[in-house]
Amino acid sequence: MALEGRERVWAEWMTAALAGDEPAYHRLLAALAPVLRAYARRTLAQMGASTADAEDIVQETLLAIHLHRNTWRQTDPIGPWVTAIARYKLIDSLRRRGRRAEVAIDDLADALPDGGADQEEELGRRQVIRLVDRLEGRQGAIVRAISLEGADIKDTAAKFGMSEGAVRVALHRGLKTLAQLYRARDG
Amino acid sequence: MKTDDFIRTLAADRAVAIRPNQALALALAVGVAVAAAVFTLTLGPRPDVATALQTVRFLFKFVVTIAVFAAGLRLAAALARPGGDAVSAARLLLVPVALMGAALAIELVVVPADAWMPRLIGYNAAVCLGAIPLIALGPLAAFLLALRSGAPTAPARAGAAAGLVAAGLAATLYASHCADDSPLFVATWYSLAIALVVAAGAWLGPRVLRW
Repeated sequence: MALEGRERVWAEWMTAALAGDEPAYHRLLAALAPVLRAYARRTLAQMGASTADAEDIVQETLLAIHLHRNTWRQTDPIGPWVTAIARYKLIDSLRRRGRRAEVAIDDLADALPDGGADQEEELGRRQVIRLVDRLEGRQGAIVRAISLEGADIKDTAAKFGMSEGAVRVALHRGLKTLAQLYRARDG
Repeated sequence: MKTDDFIRTLAADRAVAIRPNQALALALAVGVAVAAAVFTLTLGPRPDVATALQTVRFLFKFVVTIAVFAAGLRLAAALARPGGDAVSAARLLLVPVALMGAALAIELVVVPADAWMPRLIGYNAAVCLGAIPLIALGPLAAFLLALRSGAPTAPARAGAAAGLVAAGLAATLYASHCADDSPLFVATWYSLAIALVVAAGAWLGPRVLRW
């Protein structure tokens, strides 16, 4: 019941997000992060793998959800969609680390104790591997300005003497490159 | 990078990729055009196509190849989306299989046993095995490209589905050229040719569809 209610809210936020509602999208990603974190930590622990990589997997999964949100349809339940992406990314990540991901992976819904806020909040601020440092050129500079220095699109446009549209294009390309860097990495 | 900052960064990016179904529709338009061009330039329809259209065996070839094509398209669309219902899409594949089975049973009843082998071997087996994969190449590339704008969590299966759509399309075109109309021939050689394309798609899937 609680799960269904939560997923209905996620679906509403995603629908708004796809229509260009940035705050709703921010709320959605912020709500997904602790769920993905609990899922990653629990699955890694079950498989006897180190949970130290969990935050990294959370970020890679959020990036995948972001870049592939075109594959969610309003008529589809959002929970199974998120679960399928989280599972794919987790298995992929374990495979890259040289582990055989043959252990049954639970449903996302099973893994999620809601809340448990404080410790998880803290984890959300944890530093993870800075693949973003490896982004080159203008793309890299723009992604770093926004993600590490906390600039918004407008600040960044002024800083680099670019239009806001051009900053958004570079940001999008930078995030796609980041996804490629994740894929190419072994470990 | 901190996850909170990362989320803020993602939220600032508003670009959304084209929806998988739209990408597949685009691939379909391109795939049909390329396949039709290749078919017309290499083989073309058989000269007696007007009279052939009045025979049940000739028409049945299209029923079964279009069923393969349609089932493949549904399957590819389901496999392009994480959590997509690939199982019920895969069940549609039973339609062409059942149609083929029924046609084979009827053929075996109405045709004397000593004509079975000649009909199965036919005259165009080698052409069929070469032409269907050749015509399917362009559409296969187009459908794989379309699937790249999706997020297939089973890349080998998604690649195989792309192969199935491409092969169904190629077989539909090829059927208008081929003079062998017996279900015995179709069940043997068309299936083999389609399987080749499906295998190529399954092999390519994990190589080109990772995300």
